[in-house]
Amino acid sequence: MSEFLQQVVEGLGAGAIYASLALALVLIYRFTGIVNFAQGELAMFSAYIAWQCVHAGLPFWLALLITLAVSFTGGMLIERVVIRPVEGAPELTVVIITVGLFIFVNAAAGWIWSFLIKDFPNPFPGGAAELGGVAVGYATLGIFVVVGVVMGLLYLLFQHTKIGLAMRAVSANPDSARLVGIRVGWMLALGWGLAAMVGAVSGVLVAPQLFLEPNMMGGVLIYAFAAATLGGFDSPVGAVVGGLVVGVAETLAGAYVDAIGADLKVGVPLVIILAVLLLRPQGLFGHAEVERA
Amino acid sequence: MSENFLTVEDLHAGYGAARVLHGVSLTVGQGEICAILGPNGAGKTTTLRALSGGVRARGTIRLDGTDLAGRSPDAVARHGVAHVPEGRGTFMPLTVEENLRLGAYLRRDKAAAESDLERVYGHFPVLAERRGQAAGSLSGGEQQMLAIGRALMLRPRLLLLDEPSLGLAPLVTRELFGIVQAVNEEERTTVIVVEQNAHLALGIAHQAHVLESGRIVLSGPAEQIRADEQVVKSYLGYRV
Repeated sequence: MSEFLQQVVEGLGAGAIYASLALALVLIYRFTGIVNFAQGELAMFSAYIAWQCVHAGLPFWLALLITLAVSFTGGMLIERVVIRPVEGAPELTVVIITVGLFIFVNAAAGWIWSFLIKDFPNPFPGGAAELGGVAVGYATLGIFVVVGVVMGLLYLLFQHTKIGLAMRAVSANPDSARLVGIRVGWMLALGWGLAAMVGAVSGVLVAPQLFLEPNMMGGVLIYAFAAATLGGFDSPVGAVVGGLVVGVAETLAGAYVDAIGADLKVGVPLVIILAVLLLRPQGLFGHAEVERA
Repeated sequence: MSENFLTVEDLHAGYGAARVLHGVSLTVGQGEICAILGPNGAGKTTTLRALSGGVRARGTIRLDGTDLAGRSPDAVARHGVAHVPEGRGTFMPLTVEENLRLGAYLRRDKAAAESDLERVYGHFPVLAERRGQAAGSLSGGEQQMLAIGRALMLRPRLLLLDEPSLGLAPLVTRELFGIVQAVNEEERTTVIVVEQNAHLALGIAHQAHVLESGRIVLSGPAEQIRADEQVVKSYLGYRV
């Protein structure tokens, strides 16, 4: 039993990371209707920025703050420069743009920092706390706290600030938002900035678990897609729940299903995506799009 | 009453290659209600969209001395123009109260906006009852009230109403027009209302213009246009 609980806790820890990247995907999708395939690469790039700061001798948490600020600015800049020109273009065009961004950011990271793996400092102490017979690593606890804080801040932003209300208005009805005087373009850029920042958190959390290298987020992105699909692509709460479920499912399948094991567990998110799309395309918390005939 | 609070001269607008307005000119005095009537496709909605920056327009739009032509909708809103669009522009997933608060997005006077919220609830008690509800769950009439309430939250200098009667029961429509008239009288808000239902619009308007194929073909005091049954019938295709 405790062995099982141990696996669940491991799964939740991994899931929290998927949740934060899924949250970034959902943020952009909600505002712009764009599925940003480059989200994982942007997170990876952010992790490199954090690494660079730490490498230069800055304390980790200061490095994190700088990384968040740079990521936020970078996200806004990408929206203004790369996405704005194709606003209103067919979906395929935008998808190709984000795939192009994926390749560009990946190559840029390799060009700047090389494709050799780097050791990323773990901000959390090693060791584990005993909670009801289950050893919960401090790193896992730290991830929970960080992702929880990010979610709490986003909730406060969207539900209790004027700018958050304006952002929700833009996602609900951009034309009407313009009429009440909201600068919709800036709100979309802000959405990209926020998403890049949330993604940066996931990048910085992933890096110590794996090694820092330009392709590090590829797998995580697939898990995040599974999480967002499961939760519903337009639901932030769904992204988080989806992330946790995917994390646990992946860990349990790897541990208990012999045929899957450690090598095949990356197939789990794909099975989840397929099953959700077949059975409940809008996801657990998403809204089905209804159009009047 | 200062003459020519709003001056529109030689307004041309359209969508892509399709020209819709071919030189619309009209003036509206401060505190007046101005009705724009006309058959389907005459350019009534396009006129309002041109005024609020929703479609690209050539010509002059001068509001109280400021030229608004060619500005974006959010810039026009900054000059105190509130547009209740065709289809009501409801923020469906947001609550009724959030919809109303968005109407005051540009205002810096927080306390006054708060008291205006109560004022809007006073005009539309049903909105107060449903303040925490998702706006998408409201009926058509309630959403139209919400749209007008949202526009009033700006304390607009110029209120643009696009087909407020569309799809509503006659009783609800009459109530809405009564409230628009009351707001106009109490606060001297200048109003332009675009309507298919000429009878209702002429009932509250001071001035009226008849639009046909993108041009104004008839202008005058509302009573006079109402009285000129023959003319109106020939332009609108129905009796007022």
